[in-house]
Amino acid sequence: MIDLQNICRHFQMGDQEVRALDQIDVRIESGEYVSIMGPSGSGKSTLLNVLGLLDRPTAGTYILDGRETTSLDDEELAHTRARKIGFIFQSFHLIPRLTAFENVELPLVLAGVAPEVRRPRVQELLASLSLESRARHRPNELSGGQRQRVAIARAMVMQPAVLLADEPTGNLDHISGAEVLAAIEGLNAKGITLLVVTHDAEVAQRARRHIRMRDGRVVEDAT
Amino acid sequence: MRFRDLVRLSLDSAVRARMRSIMLLLAMSIGVAAVIALTSLGEGARRYVADEFQALGTRMIIVIPGRSETGGVSPGMLSGETPRDLTLSDALAVQRLPGVQRVAPLVIGSAPASVGALEREAPVMGSSSELMPVHGFVLARGDFLPPGDLSRDTAVAVIGNNIARELFPGREAIGGNLRIGDRRFRVIGVLADQGRMIGMDSQELIIVPVSAAQALFNTESLFRLLIQAHTRDDMTRVRDATIEVIKLRHQGEEDVTVITQDALLSTFDRIFTALTLTLAGIASISLAVAGVLIMNVMLVSVSQRTSEVGLLKAIGATRRQITALFLTEAILLSVAGAIAGLAVGYGVDWIVGNIYPSLPLNPPVWAVVMALVVAILSGVIFGLMPARRAARLDPVAALAGRR
Ligand SMILES: Nc1ncnc2c1ncn2[C@@H]1O[C@H](COP(=O)(O)OP(=O)(O)O)[C@@H](O)[C@H]1O
Ligand SMILES: [Mg+2]
Repeated sequence: MIDLQNICRHFQMGDQEVRALDQIDVRIESGEYVSIMGPSGSGKSTLLNVLGLLDRPTAGTYILDGRETTSLDDEELAHTRARKIGFIFQSFHLIPRLTAFENVELPLVLAGVAPEVRRPRVQELLASLSLESRARHRPNELSGGQRQRVAIARAMVMQPAVLLADEPTGNLDHISGAEVLAAIEGLNAKGITLLVVTHDAEVAQRARRHIRMRDGRVVEDAT
Repeated sequence: MRFRDLVRLSLDSAVRARMRSIMLLLAMSIGVAAVIALTSLGEGARRYVADEFQALGTRMIIVIPGRSETGGVSPGMLSGETPRDLTLSDALAVQRLPGVQRVAPLVIGSAPASVGALEREAPVMGSSSELMPVHGFVLARGDFLPPGDLSRDTAVAVIGNNIARELFPGREAIGGNLRIGDRRFRVIGVLADQGRMIGMDSQELIIVPVSAAQALFNTESLFRLLIQAHTRDDMTRVRDATIEVIKLRHQGEEDVTVITQDALLSTFDRIFTALTLTLAGIASISLAVAGVLIMNVMLVSVSQRTSEVGLLKAIGATRRQITALFLTEAILLSVAGAIAGLAVGYGVDWIVGNIYPSLPLNPPVWAVVMALVVAILSGVIFGLMPARRAARLDPVAALAGRR
C-alpha cells in the first residue's frame, strides 16, 4: 500500500545541503503497525510529512495505494490527503476558537459533507473516544489527553487508510499517553495502517514492526 | 466546502478576533458614513437651492441690466451692476410682446420705515400689481398693489408680517400710515408668512408701486424686469424677442442679460452636483484607507494563524478553500462595516435634519450604491492578497509556525 523507492529529501541551507531523507526504500502493507525511532534530526518527521503528502521528496518514487504521487499537483495532493491520510501531532494542532465537536467536524466540512451526515458521524467518533461530554468544550477547557483524543477523532473522521502520528504522546503524562496509544491501537486493530514516530522505547516496543533512522537513512527495520 | 459552512467558519473567526474586527468595522463604517453624510449634504444644498428657485414661480424670465460675458451666471448679474438703465418704458415695450403674459418691474432698495416713534430699516421693493401672480406672493389680509398705469405714483404699501407686527404693535396695520424715507404711504395689505425669495424674506419686506420706489430712491432705472410667459413653450421665443426689443430701444446695443429660470436652475444644479461629487470623492478616500487597513490587518491575521493554515492543509484543505476562508472573512467584515456605515450615515442625516428641518438631507441613490460597492470591492481587492498569501504557505513550515 505504501511503497517508497529511493526517496530523498534535501534541504538547501546556505551553501550546505542537508539530507533529511537519503535514499529511503520502505514498503508498508495495509494494516501494519510501525514505530519509527531515531535521534533528533534523523529525519523521522520529514519521512512522516512525505508519507502524508505534506512534503514533496526531492527525488524518488512514492506509490500510495498503487498510485504514483510525486507527479500529482497541489489540488490532487490535498484531495488525496483528505481521503487517505490522518495526522496526529505532538502539539495537537486543534483550532482554539472551535469546540471539540467543530474541530472533529472540520475535515467533513472541507469535504462538503452535509450537516445531517456529519453530526452522527462526529458524535459516534467522540463517543468511541469517551469524549461525548466534552463535545461543546473548546481546546483550552480540555486536558492534554482529551485534546489528543479530539485530534485522533479529527484524523479518523474521514475514515483514512493511514494514520500518521508524530510523537503523539510527547506532550502527555504517562496515563494520558497510555489512553491515547490504546485509542490508536484500537483503530489499528480495525485495520488502519498505523505509523508512530516516538522517542520512547516503551511506546515503540508495542508496534509490530520497528524502523530505526539515523542521518536520513533507515538503519534498522525489524519485525 | 458548502457556502453556509464557509460563511459560518469565516464569521466565527471574525467574531473571535474581536478587537481586530471592531477596528475594521469602525474604519469601514466611518468611510461609508462619510460618503453618505457628505453627499447628503451636497445633495441637500442642491435641493434647497432648487426649491428656492421653484419658489420664484414658473415660466419666469429675468432681465438684468448689464451684459454678462459668458451668458451664464456672472458676479455682475448677482450684484446688480447697472451699466445702462433698464427703464419703465422698456418694461412697457416688453409687455406688448407676443407670448408675454405678465411683466413686473423691480426696484429694490433699503429705507427707514417709521410709524410715529417706531422706526426700523426695511428692504423696499417697488413693483406693480403683476408681481403677486408672477412671484407667487400670498396675502394674509387686505389688497395687493392696485393695477393700472405704472408711472402713477400712488402712496400705498403692502408690508410683510414682521414689519406689521413691529410698526403697528397690537393694532391693525391696514389703513394705517407708514413713513418710508420722507414719503408717507397708506398700508393696504399684509403679506402671508410664506416663502422666501433668495435673500429676501417676505415677512420683512415692504412693497410699494414702482414709481413710488423710483421717487424714493431717486432713480429711473430698474433693478430687474420679471417676465412671465404664457406657457413654458413660449419661454425661448419671449427671451429672444425681449433681447431684440431692448436692443432696439438701447441704440442697437445688447446691454442686458436675459436669463430663464431653467438656465439659472441648471447652472446651480451643475455647481451643486459637482460639489456633491467632490465630497463623494473625498469621502471615498477614507474607504480606500479602510481597504488598506483591511489588508494589513488580514496580513497580521494570516501570520498569527500560520499553524492553523498548516493544519487545514494537513486535513486536506485546498489552496482555493483557504483563499476562500480568508477572503470571505475580509468581505464579511467590509460588508458589516458598510451596513454599520449606512446606519451611521442615515443617523447623522436624521439628526441634522431634526436640527435644520429646512435642509432636506437624503443621500443620492448613486452615492449609497457607490459607497456599498466600493466598500465590498475593497474587501475583495484588499482581502485577496492576504488570503492568497495564506493559501500559498508551505504546509510543513506552516504547521511548525514558520512562514
Ligand atoms: N525546512 C527545513 N529546512 C532545512 N532543514 C530542515 C528543514 N526541515 C528539516 N530539516 C533538517 O532535516 C533534518 C531532519 O529533520 P526532522 O525530520 O525534523 O528530524 P526528526 O523529526 O527526526 O527530529 C534535520 O537536520 C533538520 O534540521
Ligand atoms: Mg520530529
